[in-house]
Amino acid sequence: MTVTEIGSPRRRKEDQRLITGRSRFTDNIVLPGMLHLAMVRSPFAHARITNLDTSDAAAAPGVVAVLSGADIQDLCGTLPNAWPITPDQKSPHHPSIAVNHVAFAGEIVAVVVARSKSAAQDAADTVDVDYEELPVVLDLEEAEKDEILAHPDLGTNRSALWIFDSGEAGTGGNVEEALSQAREADDEILVERTYYQQRLIPAFMEPRSTVVDPTGEQTTMWSSTQVPHILRLMLALTLSIPESKVRVIAPDVGGGFGGKLQVTPEEVITMIVARRTGKPCKYTETRSESLMAAHHGRGQVQRLSLSATRDGQVTGLKVQLLVDMGAYLGLVTSGVPILGAFMFPAIYKFPSYRFECTNLFTNKVWTDAYRGAGRPEATFAIERLMDDLAAELDMDPIELRRKNWIPHEEFPFTSVCGLEYDSGNYEAATAKALELFGYDELRAEQQRRRDEGDPVQLGIGISTFTEMCGLAPSRVLGSLDYGAGGWEYAQVRMLPTGNVEVVTGTSPHGQGHETAWSQIVADRLGVAFENVEVLHGDTAIAQRGLDTYGSRSLAVGGMAVVAAADKVIAKAKVIAAHMLEASEDDLEFAEGTFTVRGTDQGVALGDIALAVFAAHDLPDGVEASLDSDATFDPDNFSFPHGTHLAAIEVDTETGQVTLRKYVCVDDIGNVINPLIVEGQVHGGLAQGIAQALYEEAVHDESGTLVTGSFVDYLVPSAADLPSFVTDRTETASTTNVLGVKGVGEAGTIASTPAIVNGVIDAVRHLGVDDILMPCSPSRVWAALQGAEKGRGADAAAPTVNSPEVADRDIASTGAVQTGTAQGDEQ
Amino acid sequence: MAKKPITLTVDGVTYTDDVEPRTLLVQYLREQLGKVGTLVGCDTTNCGACTVHLDGRSIKSCTMFAVQADGHDVTTIEGITAADGALHPMQKAFHESHALQCGFCTPGMIMQSIDLVNEHPDPDEATVRENLEGNLCRCTGYQNIVKAVQAGAREMAGTPESTEAGAA
Repeated sequence: MTVTEIGSPRRRKEDQRLITGRSRFTDNIVLPGMLHLAMVRSPFAHARITNLDTSDAAAAPGVVAVLSGADIQDLCGTLPNAWPITPDQKSPHHPSIAVNHVAFAGEIVAVVVARSKSAAQDAADTVDVDYEELPVVLDLEEAEKDEILAHPDLGTNRSALWIFDSGEAGTGGNVEEALSQAREADDEILVERTYYQQRLIPAFMEPRSTVVDPTGEQTTMWSSTQVPHILRLMLALTLSIPESKVRVIAPDVGGGFGGKLQVTPEEVITMIVARRTGKPCKYTETRSESLMAAHHGRGQVQRLSLSATRDGQVTGLKVQLLVDMGAYLGLVTSGVPILGAFMFPAIYKFPSYRFECTNLFTNKVWTDAYRGAGRPEATFAIERLMDDLAAELDMDPIELRRKNWIPHEEFPFTSVCGLEYDSGNYEAATAKALELFGYDELRAEQQRRRDEGDPVQLGIGISTFTEMCGLAPSRVLGSLDYGAGGWEYAQVRMLPTGNVEVVTGTSPHGQGHETAWSQIVADRLGVAFENVEVLHGDTAIAQRGLDTYGSRSLAVGGMAVVAAADKVIAKAKVIAAHMLEASEDDLEFAEGTFTVRGTDQGVALGDIALAVFAAHDLPDGVEASLDSDATFDPDNFSFPHGTHLAAIEVDTETGQVTLRKYVCVDDIGNVINPLIVEGQVHGGLAQGIAQALYEEAVHDESGTLVTGSFVDYLVPSAADLPSFVTDRTETASTTNVLGVKGVGEAGTIASTPAIVNGVIDAVRHLGVDDILMPCSPSRVWAALQGAEKGRGADAAAPTVNSPEVADRDIASTGAVQTGTAQGDEQ
Repeated sequence: MAKKPITLTVDGVTYTDDVEPRTLLVQYLREQLGKVGTLVGCDTTNCGACTVHLDGRSIKSCTMFAVQADGHDVTTIEGITAADGALHPMQKAFHESHALQCGFCTPGMIMQSIDLVNEHPDPDEATVRENLEGNLCRCTGYQNIVKAVQAGAREMAGTPESTEAGAA
């Protein structure tokens, strides 16, 4: 039997409990005598609390306690930010419950604890809070002026300024020289643009939920978190409880997308209340609370300057970001744009590069990791910019990319940021994508429609991308001032029955680790896939780990599993030699059995496991255990890449955008399970397309979240999306022995610019060169109307890129708006 | 709050209970009967995670009160697996087609899909997408769900007797 689990489309082990309703989501947990928490949240985005009266709530039926910020402030300090990106980074005190000052709508001002959830919610409504409203700052360009302050005590909205300059770093030339040269030389061109990354809401399907059981030697927390290990450490640090007294369990977790990579006020509060009352406590948020108070993602103003020769060679790229922190710094809030800093040069050989980001506070919930974290923002900007440059040069955008990308034969390649791209083949992925797409035919159809003045115009959207996965080499994180390392942990345990238990420090929430890790171990140890059990998400079982985010699980966590399995084989070999009365040098291991070379004598790993358990006759100095653990710290990131193409139809009379065809060819290195990979790509595409066409966190002028429910926040349904054409090229990563790169974020990163480039390509000849995301019918229609007027009055191409709040309000219901509903100004 | 008595059948078992009139059907199922396979994902009837069958048709159990289910027959995700553990064809199809990732929307998706196929025994892609509009999934991008529903439909057509208890 040849074992070939790796690469096989195994159906998932996880599915059985999930399809039969026997899942273990946190809100399903019920403990004896459990109390329920309800949060009282500020309706104002910025206010002083002048009075807080909890007496009615405290006297309500079923209520056990009502706590304010003052009641717990001595216990819980400030919520953690693990990534101070500069030594002088400003960070406001971030209490779990606000004390005197609230800085965003939805901030917790009190908690009600009662014997039932409905009693807690009813009583929460009776907590009487007086607020003195303060002026709010919401817009980044306003925040930059420092006229209205999100936190008056800080004296500024600026949290940090972070700069990378290739000239200073010695990794490239001086960008200012390149830009000024382009400004002056006739044979060069300078393209300057400002793009906006709207705020998005991760919108995982399972609202966050936490159960804390303090009735034991250890306090046990179940939480719908991506990061049980980090959470345990942070709870211990924040609440001054020894780690050994805290156990965190992430049972089945209903999606995360970065949105559950956090130490939340709700978790800290539930912990405090449970320990104080001595009873199990549960808090499960409503969807409205989740949209309002779980962290958001994106939120950037991107000011870009790109210089190039007239024949299309880019000479320099300068990026200036304004980044929306929201009101506080969450776990990695400030570091998100830094992850993007390294990705603006993308797949290109740009000779000079400068990146500056200004992190700004606003009176909104804080931002933090959201699928791709920094990299989608960077990819969007550079891919939009390359299309704009191609348009300025009247060059095919594919041709422009070819002129600038890193040729296959030049890998490994050190980017202008100093990253070493280990492997890649942009030519192969692009060629395959163009063929699957039918690029030339669609270009011909586009021309036909333009010539005929068809009311429905066709656009072709292109996005090439690379990202860095495998977060992260610990030394790199150290150089970026991140507060932890990037290693991962695994344990492989041979059981007497010959079955195998694998413990992983990664903590999945839909990624299928139980299946993929089983495949890896089955191949490595030569045991049956069915005989491998994968354990995760419990700090009492997986005693070490750094959890799941940033497509790191396979490239780092999977490698730890390989390392642990290899140690088991090495241990077993000593015992096999003893059992076979042979020299270790004469043994070979294949398909789960050690054989003496050149003979038919052999012993299976399962038999060795049983012999170790019995321990009747072990060689001297060998312990009675066939378990091993390992940590893996990558030497380098891995760099998935791909080419995505979208055919977009834009109805110029209504502004309606229709995605007609989507083709992507991703190169994620070697593949463990193609079925899981395909699922991750589909889901990623849906999320990226949603940013381009549907989703936006909209606040009104007072800072209230307008998109506060799924009625207003448009997570696309099955009816809003087409089926995708997905394919792969496989260029093995050379930074790990599995040759894997990571897939979780690829679809999201690449699809947003592909879609928006396609929308613009459909209407650029009508005078539109920018449309704010999401490209709702009302925005597209308005851009077309503006272009019509602009062309009549002025030859300059008009743009619609001003993010007025009013425009966002219209866009929030954009999916049901059409041009005719707006009235025709012509 | 004064409680009202209700009698209803859930997954083939008849229950008589006193409930507050404001208790939603999904709360009753989860909190009083322990039917935690039915999940709650939103508070505006948009996500569909709580979809169950009432007298054989799909409903969102967060959108009706438990008292309104008095005298009716409810089937949850826990009731569609046969007594011998055999999966419903739609459950099998979701597994085979990799139509789930985190699995939170899955019980609701499966319940909605069964109703969809009961109404459209051989649905094309557009019909599937249109009829799943009220069930949100954040993980899969829906493509494999669509595939699963079509595969489940074929399987269900080959098994005329629905294994579902109480189906109309």
